[in-house]
Order: sequence, then C-alpha cells, then structure tokens
Amino acid sequence: MIHFVVHEEGDGVGVVVVEGIKSGQPLKGWIMEDDKDLEVTAQSDIPIGHKLALKDYKVGDTVIKYGVDIGKVVKPIGKGEHLHVHNVKTKRW
Amino acid sequence: MVKLDKSTFWGYKRENGRIGVRNHVVILPVDDLSNAAAQAVENNVKGTLALPHPYGRLQFGADLDLHFRTLIGTGSNPNVAAVVVICIEEEWAKKVADGIRASGKPVAHFGIEQHGDHDTIMRASRAAREFLQMASELRREERPLKDLWVSTKCGESDTTSGCGANPTVGNAFDKMYPHGVTMVFGETTELTGGEHLVAARCRNDEVRKKFQFMFDRYQKVVDRHKTSDLMDSQPTKGNIAGGLTTIEEKALGNIQKIGRKCLVDGVLDKAETPTGPGLWFMDSSSAAAEMVTLCAAAGYAVHFFPTGQGNVIGNPILPVIKLCANPRTVRTMAEHIDVDVSGLLRKELSPDQAGDKLLECMFRTANGRLTAAEALGHREFVLTRLYESA
Repeated sequence: MIHFVVHEEGDGVGVVVVEGIKSGQPLKGWIMEDDKDLEVTAQSDIPIGHKLALKDYKVGDTVIKYGVDIGKVVKPIGKGEHLHVHNVKTKRW
Repeated sequence: MVKLDKSTFWGYKRENGRIGVRNHVVILPVDDLSNAAAQAVENNVKGTLALPHPYGRLQFGADLDLHFRTLIGTGSNPNVAAVVVICIEEEWAKKVADGIRASGKPVAHFGIEQHGDHDTIMRASRAAREFLQMASELRREERPLKDLWVSTKCGESDTTSGCGANPTVGNAFDKMYPHGVTMVFGETTELTGGEHLVAARCRNDEVRKKFQFMFDRYQKVVDRHKTSDLMDSQPTKGNIAGGLTTIEEKALGNIQKIGRKCLVDGVLDKAETPTGPGLWFMDSSSAAAEMVTLCAAAGYAVHFFPTGQGNVIGNPILPVIKLCANPRTVRTMAEHIDVDVSGLLRKELSPDQAGDKLLECMFRTANGRLTAAEALGHREFVLTRLYESA
C-alpha cells in the first residue's frame, strides 16, 4: 500500500494519497520519477492531498518539490510533520 | 496503447474547413439587455442554445475589442452550426454577425431598438427555427485526428492534480503533438514560480520573448491591484484545503499539463485563434469558466479539465472532459468525473495507460458522447473583462 508519493529524488516533501493518516503511523512512500520506495513515520495527522516533510527544516529554508523551489519555511518543521500554509509561504507576490 | 497515426473521429465539417464535434444553433446576445430576448428565442425554438452574459455596454478600447473577439470567436467555433445575434443596437448586432459570417456559416442578426422585444423575438425565432432544421440535416463525417483542436485548463487543483491528472493531460498532449493536433494551455498567473520552465520549452527566442511579455504583463496587473500576497485567491481556499501551499507549488503542478516533449510553438492573446498546428500558450485568467470560454472563442473543439478537489465547470459549446486522480473526489463527486486516473497514485495505472484512457474518452466525446458537464447542464459562459466600463 502506498501512503504517500514523492515526485522525484531530492524533493523535500511527500504527498499523502490515502485518507485518515494519523500521527505515529509508519508510512510507505513511492518516488514516482525514480520508482523507488521509502518509509517515514507520520508525526502529525495529515489529510489526503496534504504534504509531509521528508526532512527537518528550519526557518528560512527552501522547500523543493518537482526539483524546484516552492516556497520558504516560516516555522520549524520536523521530518514526518504536516507541511502546509501554517509553516511555509510563497516567495512571490 | 492507442494508435494515433490512423486514428479518426466523426465530426461536422464547417464552411471554412474546420471540424466541429457538436452541432449547436446559438442565440447570441451582444449585451446584457438582449439576454431576455435571446432566452425567449431559445424557449420558442427547442434545441437552440442561448448564451446569456452580463456585459457589452459602454466597454471601450482593448476591453471592447476582447468582448467582440470573444463573441465572434464563440459564434465562429466549429461546434456551432449557425448563429442568431441579438443586440439592443442593430449596428453592433451587425458587427458581431459580420465577424461570424467570415467563417461562412449561416448567421442572422437583429436589433431591439425601434422594434421592442416581442417583434425581435418573433423575427429571431423564425431565423432560429430555420437554422435548427438546417443543422438537423447535417451529418458527421470521418476525419483524421489532426482536425481536432484540443484545449486544457485545470481547476480546483490539489496536490493529486500535479502528480496524477495533470501529467495525464501532458502524456496525451505529448502523444498527439507529433500528429499535428492544435492544442492550447494558458492560465498566466498560475505559471508563477515555473515560468522559467515554460520559457525553456518555447520553440525559439521570438516565441519566448512573446511569452515573457504576456507573463510580465499579467504580473503587473497582480502587483497593481494586490492587497496581500494573494493567499486565498492564488492558491484558492479549495486548493489549500486540497493541500497546495503556495502559488509556486500550484504552478509546477499546472505545468505538468504540457507534457515533456511538446514545444510551445506560439503565443496567443486572449480569445485569439491559432494560425497552425502545435502547442500554443494563450494569455488568460486562471479562473476556470473565463479560461474555458476563451478557449471556445479561440476555436477549440474539445477540452481537457483535470481537477483535484472537484471543479464542476462546463461550457455551452465546448465539451469539457474532466479527469481526476484524487480517490476521495472520484468517490464523492463521481457524476462529474469522465476519466478516473486515481489508479496512478496506487501504481495500478502507468502514466502511459492513464494518457490512453484520456485519449479514448476524447475520441468518444468527439464522436458524440456527452461529457459529465454536458449531461449535468453546466454551461458556464463567462466573458473576461480587462477594466471598468466608461
């Protein structure tokens, strides 16, 4: 069972693709571009479609998805935690 | 795998050689004041299609040009067999009608002033009835794939759009591109953060320069009017609920729709008709109904609409094929989804298989199968405005 997908190797986030992920749950991930597997333990409840951090982030870090910059970290995020608008913001506009 | 080199569809050949996949007789109001008469004609002559909208009075300059271009383009679209144009002022009814007549199709026009609604509705109904009976005798003929024009725009996207539904459109575009199909994408602000990737895909420096001009022009609109970082507008509340965090992330998902191989061959202004095959970028709003209306006005005959959270949009004359990779949306909004590609995220469907599934649905739709949006009566016809009326 795939719990989350990652676009490509080197991306710092995964996308949860099943409903009802709970904190503490071990998750199986799939790196689509490279067809590789990885495992991360969820540290938050994460809704379907939302992202989990694949590494620890500190304020000011850049988040990479699709191999490209998708924004800046504004609150520290631990590996396996929910990464979204409460801790990441756009660098544009 | 779908073999495209010999693939054909059944369409209506129009006077100008373009091929349509629907056979509408449109009752087209030029302005808000003419909606009532247009809808009365639609009611009198069952099977015709009125396109009411709220604009057309005291527009000027580029905004007025766009209004006319959109109405004339809509009437000229090959999915339309004939058009009845109604305007409060006869002169402008004639202007729009003449624009559509250039396509060669039957057009009649009527002004309301000095006639009143009753007389206008009576005269316009007579023309509409004749057109409808004429159109009912037209027959589909078998045509090569290259005669099909395909547009795309996504909506209520979420993270599954970027890893499932949008790459499926990209896969289908990559497969159709070598066969000379005319395709388009747009959503100018929704390329923000990935604009360099689109620029890199432009065929040559001239196209790249034109793309960059359109992109920068829209960024200036955002800069001029924004009161915040656009959070809640781009991404939308629905995008955020679906897990998209920033405009950059949304844009990178959006760009998956243009595949990996096709080049951007040209750049169009809003509602502008492409002059040859290939992949075109059209400057446009990212609002679903506005963008799809502009695609219809540019002459596109079938539309790919990937959604994540479940945008329900349709268009009166352009069949909108919805695809979705979010298993929850596919479950909760099944009646809106034409192609379920959620298997991509479970490794049950390869990107190639997903692309083929979409192409198969495209051929069935072109041949006459009603899309979910058509069956549900979604006819969003939304004109883009550039600024205030005079």
